[in-house]
Amino acid sequence: MTTKDATYTYTLRLGDDALILGHRLSELCSRGPILEEDLALTNVALDMIGRAQALLKYAADIEGKGKTDDDIAYRRAEINYCNHLLIEQPNGDFAHTIARQLFVSVFEFLFYTELEKSRDETLAAIASKTIKEIKYHMQHAIDWTLRLGDGTSESHKRMQTAVNDLWMYTGELFEMDEVDAQLMRDGIAVDLIPIKAQWHNDIKTVLNKATLLMPEDTYMQTGSKKGIHTENLGHILSEMQYLQRAYPDATW
Amino acid sequence: MHNEHSDTHFQSRIDNGEHIEAKDYMPEGYRKHLIRQISQHAHSEVIGMQPEGNWITRAPSLRAKQILLAKIQDEGGHGLYLYSAAETLGVSRAELIENLQSGKAKYSSIFNYPALNWADIGAIGWLVDGAAIVNQVSLQRTSYGPYSRAMVRICKEESFHQRQGYEIMTKMMRGTKDQQAMAQDAMNRWWWPSLMMFGPHDTDSPHSSDAVKWKIKRETNDELRQKFIDKTIPQAELIGLTIPDNNFSLDEKTGHYKISPINWDEFYRVIAGHGPCNKQRVDHHIKFHEEGAWVREAAVAYKQKHVKKELETA
Ligand SMILES: [Fe+2]
Ligand SMILES: [Fe+2]
Ligand SMILES: [Fe+2]
Repeated sequence: MTTKDATYTYTLRLGDDALILGHRLSELCSRGPILEEDLALTNVALDMIGRAQALLKYAADIEGKGKTDDDIAYRRAEINYCNHLLIEQPNGDFAHTIARQLFVSVFEFLFYTELEKSRDETLAAIASKTIKEIKYHMQHAIDWTLRLGDGTSESHKRMQTAVNDLWMYTGELFEMDEVDAQLMRDGIAVDLIPIKAQWHNDIKTVLNKATLLMPEDTYMQTGSKKGIHTENLGHILSEMQYLQRAYPDATW
Repeated sequence: MHNEHSDTHFQSRIDNGEHIEAKDYMPEGYRKHLIRQISQHAHSEVIGMQPEGNWITRAPSLRAKQILLAKIQDEGGHGLYLYSAAETLGVSRAELIENLQSGKAKYSSIFNYPALNWADIGAIGWLVDGAAIVNQVSLQRTSYGPYSRAMVRICKEESFHQRQGYEIMTKMMRGTKDQQAMAQDAMNRWWWPSLMMFGPHDTDSPHSSDAVKWKIKRETNDELRQKFIDKTIPQAELIGLTIPDNNFSLDEKTGHYKISPINWDEFYRVIAGHGPCNKQRVDHHIKFHEEGAWVREAAVAYKQKHVKKELETA
């Protein structure tokens, strides 16, 4: 694999995470528990889609076939998407939305802090822009985890359930394959082994403070790096891609 | 004798063009009128998030999705400022929301129409926000200070929305046959309801006279509607949209367009609750408000616990 091919795949993976989580959060518009929260979640969605656009545009540039960010976002089949399984999980109740965001944002904070040092200048620049946004997403998710975990008995129960339900999708965040190996040699990719340990620590601290239990380690779901997703992704794409697929000659 | 708490003194302040502030004396009728109008406006911003939200997950490009999300976020923000402005008059947001959900308070009837194709997002921005701006620009000079200041802030954002909506319509009219058909279909469905947004003719408008005397309302429904019509018809024609009115004409002498009679039966029917989406919009609001109750309770419980802890350690 050339560095160029590996960088393309690596960028696409990051772009897909941002794209699909941005989509999921955008589903919540006008469905928040309170108006202020509706606006806060929309903000996170906007940051995610902005980041997706930067990454997918870069992926298109690397590929060099004259495609646009939109071609990449809207004209690929399910099996070619490489977002993590955790990202595509449904919003569920507010506790599930927050648990997913907590797991993702703590991961992204650690990840993008390292990616800022990447030898790939474009990825480093995207990382340094996005890290400011991620700090806010992470704080927002931590604040709500504390409120829900240490709020009422109902909220505590719901938050614990959400953490437990999503736990089996967290292992995949730290998987690495030949793309990572190649780009680590080139000083481009982030080594996920130290990040995994730090993530566990940070999550444990937040859950403790929120009076929640760290879930037992269990079998971790896997597959997205090979294009094997949960049933959720197909539904997301059929909605998201509808106009682009139904009117392939149109420009919007 | 001059009494600061008299209605005559109040009226003379209004006549002098002064702003009334939250702590100033105001007649009960003035306060009630404002609460009704500002909360109706706030509810319109919030309910308006639904028809546009209906297309977020199907927005056809990354740029379109960001613009639409940001617009809906703006509308929610307008709802927040306006709820705050209403709260300065001594009502709580909880009461206002209760009135919305019970049907006691209204919101703009335009949002009882469905958003059926992507061009509806263009038509809503261009026509609905466009009509709202005409009204809101006039309200920047309204006599109640907090409302007037909220309007100044809101108007800046609304004009963006209007331009972005028109941009969608323009793009679609320059696009494929299918896109042009979608744009015209949206125009056909949104044109008349957007004209109804200004309310009944001045001769039939129940709230106008006090509102004009108190300078809450600075221009009449018909004056505002005419401004909107005069501004919008040329914009439609410029991009090749047909006005769904067989008998409109430009009066060369006055420079104003004359249109066919508005179907007021439809207007009153929708206001009475029989529009295509009245039930859906309110049910949606209630559903997510109720589903969020445990979250709001948790936030309150957490705050109470931690305020207590802080007091104990202080
Ligand atoms: Fe607005
Ligand atoms: Fe509006
Ligand atoms: Fe607007």
